[in-house]
Amino acid sequence: MARYIKGSVMYLLLLIWTGINLFPIYWMFTFSLKTNPEIFGENIIGLPREWLWENYSAALDAGNIGMYFVNSAIVTFITILLTMFFSMMASYALMRMEWKGRKLSNNIFMLGLTVPIHAAILPVFILLRDLKMTNSYQALIIPYTAFALAMAIMICQSFIENIPRELEEAACIDGCGTFGIFGRIIIPLMKPAISTVSIFTFLQAWNELMFAVIFISDSQYRTLTVGIQALSGAYTTKWGPIGAALVIATFPTLILYCFMNKKIQESLLAGAIKG
Amino acid sequence: MKKVRNNKLAIAVFIMPAAILFFMIIILPIVMSSYYSFLDWNGITDGEFIGFANYVELFTGDSIGFGQSAGNAFLFAGLSVFIQLPLALLLALILGRGIKGERFFVSVFFIPVLLSTTVIGQLWLKIYNPQYGIVNTFLRAVGLESWCHTWLGEQNFALMACFIPMLWQYVGYHMLLMYAGVKSQPPDIREAAKIDGATEGQLARYVTIPMLKPVLRMCLIFAVTGSLKAFDLIYVLTRGGPSHASEVPSTLMVDMIFGRNRYGIGSSIAVFIIFLCFFFAILIRRFFRTEVD
Repeated sequence: MARYIKGSVMYLLLLIWTGINLFPIYWMFTFSLKTNPEIFGENIIGLPREWLWENYSAALDAGNIGMYFVNSAIVTFITILLTMFFSMMASYALMRMEWKGRKLSNNIFMLGLTVPIHAAILPVFILLRDLKMTNSYQALIIPYTAFALAMAIMICQSFIENIPRELEEAACIDGCGTFGIFGRIIIPLMKPAISTVSIFTFLQAWNELMFAVIFISDSQYRTLTVGIQALSGAYTTKWGPIGAALVIATFPTLILYCFMNKKIQESLLAGAIKG
Repeated sequence: MKKVRNNKLAIAVFIMPAAILFFMIIILPIVMSSYYSFLDWNGITDGEFIGFANYVELFTGDSIGFGQSAGNAFLFAGLSVFIQLPLALLLALILGRGIKGERFFVSVFFIPVLLSTTVIGQLWLKIYNPQYGIVNTFLRAVGLESWCHTWLGEQNFALMACFIPMLWQYVGYHMLLMYAGVKSQPPDIREAAKIDGATEGQLARYVTIPMLKPVLRMCLIFAVTGSLKAFDLIYVLTRGGPSHASEVPSTLMVDMIFGRNRYGIGSSIAVFIIFLCFFFAILIRRFFRTEVD
């Protein structure tokens, strides 16, 4: 009996925490489809009486959220691509090639795991300003890639470690050079690392705010996080479109999570284990 | 094979892109920030070298509110360690025992971690809204009208109101780390302890938690350094207001540099944040030595 009660208390606790976790998200989804009177009193927590999709078109057209979404997607995608290539190449050189200063270089890269982005904001801003590169996609892609590199290199190294050296040696005997080995042996075997690094980099770049606020002032290059800030300033009294913008910014992540929640959890763990 | 591994050209091609980027965006800026922190500089005219005057102003002058911001950051760190981590540990221990629906709960508790802090901030702005937010609406509905507040606009409440979404967002992250730690422990040790008559409480106290030490140490580092560099949520919710009540070093830094063009003193705040992050990461590592080290 005591066990039974203990079990119920445990489940009750878990269910309460589930509610606390999901309720704000549920509320966000429902108020994105409601009219102001509904949100403000008539129907605060219920499902919307009429699904008001106009909120979404208002956010997309008048609020420019569609454009910001595309900007975020471009910046995130290129950041992932660059991070992926640069970190795979660097990890291979750091793990399997033989050269002076290899250990030191590795330690310097690992230092990047602890450096907060605050360290860079002003010098990078000045650099971008002098190069006339603020208000461009590069203004975000370059710093995002740089700050994603340390973690990506660490993850790639743990995967390269498991590729047997004999494979490379066999390829070498068959006449492959360094680039051939890297392209034909290493990269194909690094597929699991690709998804881990991509997930990590995606979350970082898609959600980043500080660089995006400061390096981008032209609305043409705004990413979602900054766009939402601007929208929320412009629509203080109309909540529906803001809710719609929040949902639009969130759903790629949630859909991804629905299909590969295990993989996403593992990726974030992989990033944390040594960090 | 040796020739292949010593291929200088290949090494250069492989390492250069990452190295250049890393040098330009991370190493060089740290050096530059440290240099700027010794200048009196508005970003337009030439800076004037003033030694440690910026740091002196940070720690002794009241006007910019740095003391308050550092205090707030430490308070966040303390609250994270003493509220967030125990809550995460409790959840991880319950889930780690292998109950029904384990996967479901783990997945749900992790959702807030994935959302953008901007989205979470905007969402909580609405939750806290003094007229229409669900907090005040709820309080009015249960007859506690006098408890209603402008949560983010009153000096006494702003800081706590910022902490709650932070707690909400990151419990799941620490829970996942701890849960994975519990799951990686060999089950036979638990079995053995159970056969010896250990209750669940004893099992957690004497077996699971001690073996979780490396993970707990990592969570501790994340919780502390994460609180010290917190920016997004506070920027979205209050921008550090009202009158510095919820200010943290990073919001103050951005305000100094990009709001008031005080590049020098802003850089000294940046250096201070970098220093604190490294300092606490090393301190915690030293303090909680594990067998692995």
